[in-house]
Amino acid sequence: MTGIAYDAVIATIAIPTLAALILAVVPSWRLAAGINVGATFLTLAASTVLLRYRPVPTELFLIDDLNIVFLLLNGFVGFTTSMFSASYIAHELQTGHLTPRYLRFYHAMYQVMMVGMNLALITNNLGLMWFGVELATLSTVMMVGIYRTPASIEASWKYLILGSVGIALALFGTILIYLAAKPVLGVGMGAMQWTNLLHRAAELDPAMLNVGFIFLLIGYGTKAGLVPMHAWLPDAHAEGPTPISAVLSGLLLNVALYAILRFKMLLAMSHATVQPGILMIGVGLLSLFFAAIMLYRRRDIKRMFAYSSIEHMGIIAFAFGIGGPLGNIAGLLQMMMHSLTKSAIFFSVGHIAQAKGTQKIAAITGLTKSHPLLGWTLVAGVAAIAGLPPFGIFTSEFLLITSTFARAPLLAVLLGFGILLAFGALLMRMTSVCFGEPSEVSYPITASSISIFLHLGIVLLVGLAMPAFLYAWFAHVATLLG
Amino acid sequence: MDLIVPLLLQLFQIGLVILVAPLLAGFVRLLKARLQRRSGPPLLQIYRDLAKLIGKDAIVAGDASWLVVLAPYAIFVLTWIAAALVPSFATGLPFSGAGDLIAVVALLGTARFFQMLAALDVATAFGGLGASREAMFASLAEPAMLMIVFTVAVVAGSSQLSAIADFMHSQAAGLRLSLGLGLVALVIVALAETGRFPVDNPATHLELTMVHEAMVLDYSGRHLALIELAHALKLTLYMSLIACIFVPFGMAGPGAALPALAIALVGYIGKLAAGAVLLAVFETTIAKMRIFRVPNFIGAALMLGLLGTLLLFVSATL
Amino acid sequence: MTGLGSLISPAATLSIAHVLAGALVLASFMMLYQDRLSSVINVLALHSTVLGVAVGWQAYIQHAPELYITAGLALGFKAVVIPIALQRIVIRLGIHHQIEAVGGISVTMLAGIGLVALSLVVMLRTAAHADALAREDVALALAVILLGMLMMVTRRNAVSQIVGFMSLENGLILAAAGAQGMPLVVEISVAFSILIAFIVIGVFLFRIRERFDTVDSAALDAFRGEAQ
Repeated sequence: MTGIAYDAVIATIAIPTLAALILAVVPSWRLAAGINVGATFLTLAASTVLLRYRPVPTELFLIDDLNIVFLLLNGFVGFTTSMFSASYIAHELQTGHLTPRYLRFYHAMYQVMMVGMNLALITNNLGLMWFGVELATLSTVMMVGIYRTPASIEASWKYLILGSVGIALALFGTILIYLAAKPVLGVGMGAMQWTNLLHRAAELDPAMLNVGFIFLLIGYGTKAGLVPMHAWLPDAHAEGPTPISAVLSGLLLNVALYAILRFKMLLAMSHATVQPGILMIGVGLLSLFFAAIMLYRRRDIKRMFAYSSIEHMGIIAFAFGIGGPLGNIAGLLQMMMHSLTKSAIFFSVGHIAQAKGTQKIAAITGLTKSHPLLGWTLVAGVAAIAGLPPFGIFTSEFLLITSTFARAPLLAVLLGFGILLAFGALLMRMTSVCFGEPSEVSYPITASSISIFLHLGIVLLVGLAMPAFLYAWFAHVATLLG
Repeated sequence: MDLIVPLLLQLFQIGLVILVAPLLAGFVRLLKARLQRRSGPPLLQIYRDLAKLIGKDAIVAGDASWLVVLAPYAIFVLTWIAAALVPSFATGLPFSGAGDLIAVVALLGTARFFQMLAALDVATAFGGLGASREAMFASLAEPAMLMIVFTVAVVAGSSQLSAIADFMHSQAAGLRLSLGLGLVALVIVALAETGRFPVDNPATHLELTMVHEAMVLDYSGRHLALIELAHALKLTLYMSLIACIFVPFGMAGPGAALPALAIALVGYIGKLAAGAVLLAVFETTIAKMRIFRVPNFIGAALMLGLLGTLLLFVSATL
Repeated sequence: MTGLGSLISPAATLSIAHVLAGALVLASFMMLYQDRLSSVINVLALHSTVLGVAVGWQAYIQHAPELYITAGLALGFKAVVIPIALQRIVIRLGIHHQIEAVGGISVTMLAGIGLVALSLVVMLRTAAHADALAREDVALALAVILLGMLMMVTRRNAVSQIVGFMSLENGLILAAAGAQGMPLVVEISVAFSILIAFIVIGVFLFRIRERFDTVDSAALDAFRGEAQ
């Protein structure tokens, strides 16, 4: 085991923990924002080290091809969001939405969330993974309610209740998996270790695995925003501060889906179980259609993009449900692209809401004329998320539809129809928001656009010319997923 | 000779329940009074009340039919038979073959039928009020009772009370969840059927709160005496039932010798006394429920009985 | 301790475990039945006490001393401290006499029975190969979890929903204790019960109180944003 690799693994958790402790006591918000950015950068650096030096799996930690992707993504989006957050917070302080006392809390919780997500990603132990997701959820709950308006309190209350029930069901599913593993792997830590479970998957009791997977799908699916457990998602995105919306959509949903994927891998290895793909296809299509229809009537801009997140989670679940090499590649690619695009969209939406002083779609018009930078980046973002070429999401959706068509044409038709529905709604809204005559209300803001450009740039790059190493990487993981 | 002793024992049991019933009711009343720091009526007061009532004229309403005259006798006889069938201190007595749980339920149901009809027959408002309330409670209490019967019968393999007592006495029963649920349900049903707190107040005559009292308001003299005695018999019956099914320890088997029987008799009296104490304490600590909440209470008993039966079908060891 | 062990046969130890788990289910039903807030909180104390005893018994028969800590925490914290704290909050908010429209106790109880039946049938069929102790404990624990969820769904008051959630957590702790040898989870689940309890009690009720004069989540519903 290379020392540096092991250190890097520990660092991905230790750095945010330390930063959280420091940020809980630092009084000056500017310094705190700076420390926040610095800590996330260091975490990102640690994750990149792990690209190069892979540690041997231990009892508690595991770095394989599947989670290194998400770990890097986590680090990157966490870093860019912290940069966005620094400029966003300045404006919120000015307008009086937030006070400096809450900002200490906010920054500390941000780092706690990073700890939770990284822990969930790098751990080899089922229980620790659950612990990480729970930690991340709790910290985001605290952050959603930070504005203390009635609407935000309602949103965070709903998120707490639904999230906690989801986590409880996920824990129960974990217990069931442990019960299935106990006769084969013995009592204790050994039966909760991924590497062991994957190794002996064929010997595990299929009925237990089935029931356990259902609980896990419902439990972690609540976190991933799959219908019908999605009820917390629109409110949490709309009422929380925008950096949180970006992190929720970009990272937390991915981590929850990653957890579901791990268990899907386990089930796929055991031949006597009900194929989990069918469940995931069903849930995915349901989410897709539900969200696509809901997109049409939204009046709040952040809420609309929240439903767009639900829609994409549905597509991703569908992709993994269909499975096979191409389906899995499409799913992984979509996860990565969605994460980057959606956070970029939320970055620009956050600044737009500050510039216009409102989140209502009807009150925001003609952005390309009044705020050209924000307007055109939003246009690019919406084009990306709606699946227009040459952006990366087009590639993944196209790949998905073609591979589904080869296997189950009817499902492909449904999928395409759903995507088109969402496409229509997004385009309609985009034209009304970005084009036309500008509305009168306008506040001056200093937008940090570097994060937006970075994200959209990557998405564009992947869409235009996917790097070969990236494709090979996804292909390798796809075979693992079965 | 072999037949005489069991027969004598059986007759003794039949006489025992009717002798003990007023004593038990009086004991509960005295305990409640003492717990409430009153001196309360003397222990044997109910015997004196019954004697007084029997000596008085029985006045029957002018519009009443023969049913009103028949009902007290019917109620008394049916309740006495039911109470006599429940094994109190010995199992395997000659008439125990007829001592089936379902038979007991049926006898009590018939008694209730006569009670309600007679109350309606007198054509007063109170009679109708009492009868309708009684019907509301019975519509839930009887299914609950049957669920309990099913639970116990499936566990013990028979619905005959003697066999149940023997089974529970042996180690074969063990500690079972469904029996625990059945016990709780039976206690609730017993409270409802005997007209005790929190379902009904046996000492009230306020129209807002009467259930049983409302049905017997028009009786007097020996009719009233019979009905009061039947009411006390019902309390004894339910306590004996709980003791027989769930606390059968100390009961003498068939063909037991005299010392064992004596011990069993003392044990039975002890169980009744303990039940009286528990009832008195419970009644003192709890307030009476509103009439419209009582169906929820008895419904809970039905649910528990249902749950107990369900557990038996789903699992072998619960 | 060994003296006691020789008195009780293996079958009896199993039965006691099941009776305790069943008592927890019974306590959940009792919780569903209450309609006054202070009695709901009292039943929570009872629920946690039964949980403490059940986990303690599991610790004894599995010879797992760390479960004693869990049992102690359940008894000390969830049965004493949290109910007292909740009672104080409820009295301070002035809602301790409030009777809430529970939406039909009989329907709720029927639904509860249905859920118990469902969880028993599912778990007992599925876990047919697992050992008897774990199997039936997990089945009853799932029933407690589902009943906790039912409580949360049928209640409108935020405090009742919290109590429902805590009973759900109790079911989880029972399940974790019943699955022998589960390493970290018992400690973790207890720690999270405590954490969520603190968060909820300390932060939300007062935030809600400061914003509204009621903890009625129907009032919160008015702020639900565009109809879902």
